[in-house]
Amino acid sequence: MSTMTAESITARLADDLDATFPEVVREVSSDLYSGAYRMLGNRQDAEDVAQEALVRAYRALSGYDAGRIRDLRLRPWLWTIAANLCRNRLRSRARKRALSLDDHDPADLGPGPEVVAEWSHLRGELARLLLDLPWPIRAAVVLHHVVGMPYDEIAVALERPAATVRSDVHRGLARLRAAYVPQEER
Amino acid sequence: MTDRMTTELAALRVEAPAGLEDAVLVAVGLADHYVTRTSPLGDIYVAFNDRGVSAVDIAGDAGRFEARFLSDHGRRAVSTDEIPHRIVRHLDEAIAAGRPGRLPVDLRGLTEFQAAVLHRTATIPRGEVRSYGWIAKEIDKPGAVRAVGSALAHNPVPVIIPCHRVVRSDGTLGRYSLGTAENKRTLLEAEGLDVDAFEAEAARGIRFVGSDTTQVFCHPTCRSGRRITEAHRHEFATEGDARSAGYRPCKVCRPVAA
Repeated sequence: MSTMTAESITARLADDLDATFPEVVREVSSDLYSGAYRMLGNRQDAEDVAQEALVRAYRALSGYDAGRIRDLRLRPWLWTIAANLCRNRLRSRARKRALSLDDHDPADLGPGPEVVAEWSHLRGELARLLLDLPWPIRAAVVLHHVVGMPYDEIAVALERPAATVRSDVHRGLARLRAAYVPQEER
Repeated sequence: MTDRMTTELAALRVEAPAGLEDAVLVAVGLADHYVTRTSPLGDIYVAFNDRGVSAVDIAGDAGRFEARFLSDHGRRAVSTDEIPHRIVRHLDEAIAAGRPGRLPVDLRGLTEFQAAVLHRTATIPRGEVRSYGWIAKEIDKPGAVRAVGSALAHNPVPVIIPCHRVVRSDGTLGRYSLGTAENKRTLLEAEGLDVDAFEAEAARGIRFVGSDTTQVFCHPTCRSGRRITEAHRHEFATEGDARSAGYRPCKVCRPVAA
C-alpha cells in the first residue's frame, strides 16, 4: 500500500475498475496475507481469507457507483471485509473444537505446522503469544504493529472507536511483554 | 524493550504466496488460465475461464502468448497445471476432432454476426471445406462474404472452431488466422483432405460433383460426394448446370444454401 497514494488509486478504480483492480491486488495482498496469518496462525487459512476478501471487494466495487468508490478509504475498507472473515474463521474453529472435545478430532483447529515449527525461534514465540490474545486485542495489535496501520484506519476496519483501538493495542503489547521472554535471557 | 517488541512484531510481516494474486484475478474474471496442448501445428496455447475456452494460439513462447492475450482480451493469461473437469474432459477431443462438441467456448466480445459465422463454421465436418460465400449464404447474409472472412480472421479459438475449413470460392485456401496459410494446409491434410487434388479440380472450374445413380449433387469434399465411383461421377461448374441436368442438391452438405 505504501507505493500507492490512496486518493489516486480510488480515483482510478472509479474510472476503470477492471484495469485498476489488478494493481490493488498486487499492492495489498501481502498486507492482507500477513495480517490474516498472524491473526489465524495458519498459512492456508490466511491465503483463503486474503483471496476471499479481495474477491468480495471486487464484487462489491462492481456494484458501487463511481462517487462511492472515489470516496472509499480503501485499506480500512478492505480490512473490514478481511477482519470479519478472520473472526468468522476463529468462531467456526471454536465451534468445531467444542464439538470434537469428546472424540479428540485432530482436524485443523489451530496453528499450522509452520507456526509450530517457528515456535522454537524467537519470532515464533511472539507469533504464538499473539494467538493467545483475545480477538479484538489481537486484531488491533496485528493491524497496528505487523501491518502498520494507524489507529484511525484500524477503528474503521474493526468498527470500534479509535480510542478503544488505541487502548487495545497498548493492553495487547503489555500482555505480550509480560509473557515474552527473549531467548537469550532464558 | 518496547522498541524491541515492536521491531519483532513488524518482522512478523510475510510476503503473500506467489499464486495469491493470480488466483484472485482468475476468481473475479480479470484473468484466464492457460495450458499448452499438442496439435497438428505443434504446441498450442489454450486459455479458458468460467465460461469456457477463450483462446487458442500458437506463439513462439509463453511471454508472447500472454502479451497477445492481454492485448486481444484485456485480461491477463495465467499459466496453470489444473484444468477444470468440464474443460479437460472435452478439450483434447475437440482439438483432435476440430470442432467444439461439448467443450464450452467463450465467445464474449464478438458481435452477433461474428458469432453466427463461427457457429456455422463449427458444423463443417472434418476433412471437408466450404467457401466464405457459402457461410455468408447459410447465415442469411449472402452479401457479407468479406465480413465472413474478417470474422474468421478474428476467430479466438482456431483449430477448435475450424476456420481452416473455410476457403475461397475459387478453391484456393486463402488466409488463415493462426500463422500462415501453410498451417491451413497442414490441418486439412492431417484431416485426410487431398488438398492438391481439391485445388486442381477447383482450378479446372469444378464446383460440384454429382452421382447419376442418385441424381444428387454435392460439394466436392462432401463425404457422400467423395464416395461416388468414377463411372457414375459427373462434374458441374455451376448450380444451374447441375439442376438443368436433373440433379438436386445434397441435403447433408448443402452445396447451395437452402
